[in-house]
Amino acid sequence: MSSKDRLAIFPSRGAQMLMKGRLKGAQKGHSLLKKKADALQMRFRLILSKIIETKTLMGEVMKEAAFSLAEAKFATGDFNQVVLQNVTKAQIKIRTKKDNVAGVTLPVFECYQDGTDTYELAGLARGGQQLAKLKKNYQSAVKLLVELASLQTSFVTLDEVIKITNRRVNAIEHVIIPRIERTLAYIISELDELEREEFYRLKKIQDKKKIARAKADAEKAELRQQAEAEEAASLLDEGDEDLLF
Amino acid sequence: MATYSSAPGKLISVIGDEDTCVGFLLGGIGEINKRHGPNFFVVNKDTTVHEIEDCFKRFSRRADIDIILITQNIADMIKHVLQLYKHTVPAVVEIPSKDRPFDAAKDTILIRATKMYTTEDLGL
Repeated sequence: MSSKDRLAIFPSRGAQMLMKGRLKGAQKGHSLLKKKADALQMRFRLILSKIIETKTLMGEVMKEAAFSLAEAKFATGDFNQVVLQNVTKAQIKIRTKKDNVAGVTLPVFECYQDGTDTYELAGLARGGQQLAKLKKNYQSAVKLLVELASLQTSFVTLDEVIKITNRRVNAIEHVIIPRIERTLAYIISELDELEREEFYRLKKIQDKKKIARAKADAEKAELRQQAEAEEAASLLDEGDEDLLF
Repeated sequence: MATYSSAPGKLISVIGDEDTCVGFLLGGIGEINKRHGPNFFVVNKDTTVHEIEDCFKRFSRRADIDIILITQNIADMIKHVLQLYKHTVPAVVEIPSKDRPFDAAKDTILIRATKMYTTEDLGL
């Protein structure tokens, strides 16, 4: 970070104007990015608190679901293998929406029912009620988890984007703007230097001209004197041709 | 501001103990297709950590899976893989396992969150 760290540019009025424009652009960009970072940060905190809320809620829901599983097992007998073997097609599927926060796209998951229940006939012999309750419990758990997943995805994405934005804000604030300012200062000092030089040269030229003028005047005066003297001398013997004596 | 994509519906996959898997399958998320096989993985006491890792990597590469549910005790077993996992889709969600209550201090996302803010901020 020495004062030498500036843009390589020729110090001229044009370059100065260019730098001024750039400085203005950088400041504008800085304030805009700062605003973006603030907006993201706000959303981020909102999501964070929501995640924690949902996570604690999930603990409850999962506990209840596990309990109803035990209940159903008690009523129906062990059905684990039957269920594991009879899997065919998913009934709950996910579709993705895209949400936009300050130019950042966040994926939002949403679950929907697709097709019929594969285990419609499970628990037909006994324990049907428990099984129905079990299914309902796990379906609500799935819904909650899908919500949690989209929150989590948003969290990770926002985290990444906020980091990048903050990095940019800091880079503009601490590297780019100082560099442009240093370049501007350099250009101004250089232009001042040029101006002083110019002034000095003008003075010098004036001096030279004065001397030259004085010299010329002196010469002229001398010439004039000579001429006068000659004139005076010749005035005496001015030949008048008609003059005989 | 939100727009729907026209892509076909994606799946939720589960990695967990037998009871957790059975529960979610009854909830209706299970699917077996010829190309990829099942979208759930039952972990019992004979399953090695390596097998779980393999399964997790397989699921995370599948284009038709959007969410991976993984029980917390299994997530602990493959913590090193989860911490390196940087993608947003599929999203990995840790769920409490059947025999243990949910421990918020162990969740990968919550750990990340607490790193940024103090615990008072989060209300933990």
